[in-house]
Amino acid sequence: MASVALSEAEKVYIMHGVQEDLRVDGRGCEDYRCVEVETDVVSNTSGSARVKLGHTDILVGVKAEMGMPKLEKPNEGYLEFFVDCSANATPEFEGRGGDDLGTEIANTLYRIFNNKSSVDLKTLCISAREHCWVLYVDVLLLECDGNLFDAISIAVKAALFNTRIPRVRVLEDEEGSKDIELSDDPYDCIRLSVENVPCIVTLCKIGYRHVVDATLQEEACSLASLLVSVTSKGVVTCLRKVGKGSLDPESIFEMMETSKRVGKVLHASLQSILHKEESLGPRRQKVGFLG
Amino acid sequence: MAGLELLSDQGYRVDGRRAGELRKIQARMGVFAQADGSAYIEQGNTKALAVVYGPHEIRGSRARALPDRALVNCQYSSATFSTGERKRRPHGDRKSCEMGLQLRQTFEAAILTQLHPRSQIDIYVQVLQADGGTYAACVNAATLAVLDAGIPMRDFVCACSAGFVDGTALADLSHVEEAAGGPQLALALLPASGQIALLEMDARLHEDHLEQVLEAAAQAAQDVHILLDRVVRQHIWPSPDYPLLQSGPWGCFSPNIPRVSWHRQGWYAPHFMLRTPQLQ
Repeated sequence: MASVALSEAEKVYIMHGVQEDLRVDGRGCEDYRCVEVETDVVSNTSGSARVKLGHTDILVGVKAEMGMPKLEKPNEGYLEFFVDCSANATPEFEGRGGDDLGTEIANTLYRIFNNKSSVDLKTLCISAREHCWVLYVDVLLLECDGNLFDAISIAVKAALFNTRIPRVRVLEDEEGSKDIELSDDPYDCIRLSVENVPCIVTLCKIGYRHVVDATLQEEACSLASLLVSVTSKGVVTCLRKVGKGSLDPESIFEMMETSKRVGKVLHASLQSILHKEESLGPRRQKVGFLG
Repeated sequence: MAGLELLSDQGYRVDGRRAGELRKIQARMGVFAQADGSAYIEQGNTKALAVVYGPHEIRGSRARALPDRALVNCQYSSATFSTGERKRRPHGDRKSCEMGLQLRQTFEAAILTQLHPRSQIDIYVQVLQADGGTYAACVNAATLAVLDAGIPMRDFVCACSAGFVDGTALADLSHVEEAAGGPQLALALLPASGQIALLEMDARLHEDHLEQVLEAAAQAAQDVHILLDRVVRQHIWPSPDYPLLQSGPWGCFSPNIPRVSWHRQGWYAPHFMLRTPQLQ
């Protein structure tokens, strides 16, 4: 992970502040930084989103392609995740340097989506056992300022909300051979329901308290973190402890309660901003990286 | 592809441009706060990001350090969702390595590497959307990023692609025109002197036509230079009367140039003179 060198005095300063519920930039322990979200940034994808959480910059592109369903789930499509930690974030990620972090994040994304309720995969099926939609979700990490998992999960949710999959019909001949026909209207497409898509809330343990949305400096002070994946209803889909320190069981339960509380608020504001952006319609002025 | 005319009888291309017309270019410097220099450029539907780190100490083995100049290290990476068909790996394949080497060659010609011996300058270029002319967009974005980082350069480096269809040279090819299989020329130019930093041509072209295509590419690169110059000036002085400041090149070059030349000229305005010709 991109890291910053911090002196002992700075670490002590941050820890003392956190004990008093006052972080370096004035936030409380359960406050997020301002998040900027924009969808439909890359036009030749099925859906895309860009999220800026402080200085952490993530770009997600979703491409829908046709493939064969998996053998054990013949009536469903599936999602494939790929995370590219680009050298833009830090020169250490040049070449294959960013592969370790990328695989770790991709595996976490597979785990949080590995349940029946996150995304309704049956809508992605075209014809059982033969054709289905495969959604390739590609995450590009452009800048890293701490709290990668949260930003990536928000971006993935926004990109899935923005995804438009063309509607297809399967035509059968007299001989039994099937043909796939694309609908004539380019705006006729299926949208995914992202009501139950979870978001990750990372809680870093600093001293005796835990903080939400840690910056790079705060992550350097914390020895252990808990990643909790929460849906909008407060249901926990995945739990994982990372870091080289240890956590005691009471603090894990406290952190889970915090994450459920914070997660519900996060989902509510994300949903409202996504709907607001969509209500601006196609006349919305696209900003992308130019603004 | 039968029925797809790259150049119609009235002289219009597939997207409605004329033969020598460039696509719409929009650019911005200083996109990321953590990198030393960064820039973003959109040429039509091609979008490229460039980030520069440096000059800093050589990473990895110290043996690679050059005693009299800086090492320029470039990486070209294109996002998996950038092309129409999804790419499996963003970088590490042959084409990306080759593009990285070409970018390195281009920028070694332009950056004043003698001013930073035993150090390394990293230029990382990321293509977010590829619609033809990716090399040109990368070079233009990287020029702006190097300027944003304050690294001294001999001149801007402006690049453009060109092709040849039905006896006419086309400038700034889009993906449709590149995929048609005609001759393609990629040119990187230092505009003030007209010196060529990189020239590459694919497919067969009769030598009688080469001059015409080269001329079209060079003219297009000069047009790109006018736009990039405006972007840099707007970034440094975001004011409506920037055209009045055209006489000084000081916005475009790094203040790292030693003031020795300033005293020699006897000027007291912060006007840096380099050993290269001034910009128009």
